Amino acid sequence: MSSKTRIVITGIGLTAPNGNSLPEFRGNLLAGKARIAEIDVRHMGRHPAGVCDFDATKWQKRKELRNGTRVGSISIYCAREALGDSGLVWESVDKSRVGVYLGITEHGNVETENEIHNISQFGFDTKYWTHHHNPRTVANNPAGEVTMNMGITGPHYTIGAACAAGNAGLIQAAQMLQLGEVDLAFAGGVSESIHTFGIFAGFKNQGALGAHVDPTKASRPFDKNRNGIVISEGGAIYVLERLEDAQKRGARIIAEIAGWCINSDATDAVLPNPERQAECVRLALKRAGMRPQDIHIVSTHATATALGDIQECTALREVFTDCPGTYINNTKSFIGHCMGAAGALELAGNLPSFEDGWVHPTINIDELDPECALPGLVINQAVQAPRLEAILNNSFGMLGINSALIVKKYGVA
Amino acid sequence: MTKEDIKQVVLDIIADIAPDEDLSAVKSEVRLRDQLSLDSMDFLDIVMELRKKHGIEVPEADYVQLASLDSCAEYLFPKFQAKGSK
Repeated sequence: MSSKTRIVITGIGLTAPNGNSLPEFRGNLLAGKARIAEIDVRHMGRHPAGVCDFDATKWQKRKELRNGTRVGSISIYCAREALGDSGLVWESVDKSRVGVYLGITEHGNVETENEIHNISQFGFDTKYWTHHHNPRTVANNPAGEVTMNMGITGPHYTIGAACAAGNAGLIQAAQMLQLGEVDLAFAGGVSESIHTFGIFAGFKNQGALGAHVDPTKASRPFDKNRNGIVISEGGAIYVLERLEDAQKRGARIIAEIAGWCINSDATDAVLPNPERQAECVRLALKRAGMRPQDIHIVSTHATATALGDIQECTALREVFTDCPGTYINNTKSFIGHCMGAAGALELAGNLPSFEDGWVHPTINIDELDPECALPGLVINQAVQAPRLEAILNNSFGMLGINSALIVKKYGVA
Repeated sequence: MTKEDIKQVVLDIIADIAPDEDLSAVKSEVRLRDQLSLDSMDFLDIVMELRKKHGIEVPEADYVQLASLDSCAEYLFPKFQAKGSK
């Protein structure tokens, strides 16, 4: 592996609760438009959630939709849209040199819950358990569905990394490109978690499920009265290439992967550890050859839990001292927590800042929690910035997994 | 239930499990696999739907009997009769 091998982003496809393309998503982030609905959750009544409304039949036949999974469908939509965005001539791409690397928080809960419900209608007789259950629940399902839909014969797998998964998918792809395992990668993160009551029930019984009379205000990181996570579905998949390959084909280069780090708290299953988070950010900066002052946007992970937001702010306060040109925002305030897709979507929402010069805010802050008062926090209104050339994207998850990914504008030193 | 009714039952199941297929010209005597895009998982779906919707069991050794609409009707007719369906 050559550490000098540079990796660039040349295509983005996404579906978020408030947008089915990057321009739509970006437009709503700059306009301060959240989109959270109330949905019926099996056994649990109505709860706020982020629901995507992309046209699944755009890229899939109805039979594929019937036999596949929701997250497979999200993945196919995002990968196909990313391909379109990349300008690649798909017919001339060697499919055996293409990899698919998708981050997931969890997989299989939806289908297993559905089947248990199904056989409950038949006295729990397992002869009514569908033969589709195994192909739907194998952990590689979302990535595998992409390969089948697109005829990709290179490697595919998912990266299970709790809610750090979106970054982890991109990091895995960058590493595989550097190793020469593939020439082209579809990578990012995906989630179907709103379709499993178990995720809602788990967070509720942990005291970490967000609620508000106005669903669009339920996700409110850094607000003093925040009360937990709004669970959402979604996906963001990027086309990644080695810089020289992208240049050779005359690709539009959206951004360059500059550095990353994944580390572990090794302390608690659910409580974050700001020391390890700060270490993670520092190591990502070191690997990118950058100082904290070189980061112009910190895209925070904060999920609107009481402690988690404060812990991340503690970590950021330690690293980003004396950084007047660093802005801090949060995208979950618009779309909730897209779980495995969160990191990938939140990065995508910030990437257009390199071109448009704006930083989208964190919204739904009626009263800022003093413990979350960070210099540079962009509150409720987008701001224009004189210089936007590097983004640090935080994504953290249960079992103490931390990830920080740094992406910079292509062409800057 | 007549044999024609049974063919319609099977066609209705196929319409659910293979929604992209045009079933308007399916020939009763021709193997379903030779005229429709059906794989082994789809035939398992037919077996499952017969079980769920009609209480009909098709043992694995008899799956071959589901090859065409005609063979389905012949094979399933006594089973539907035994169930006392209309």
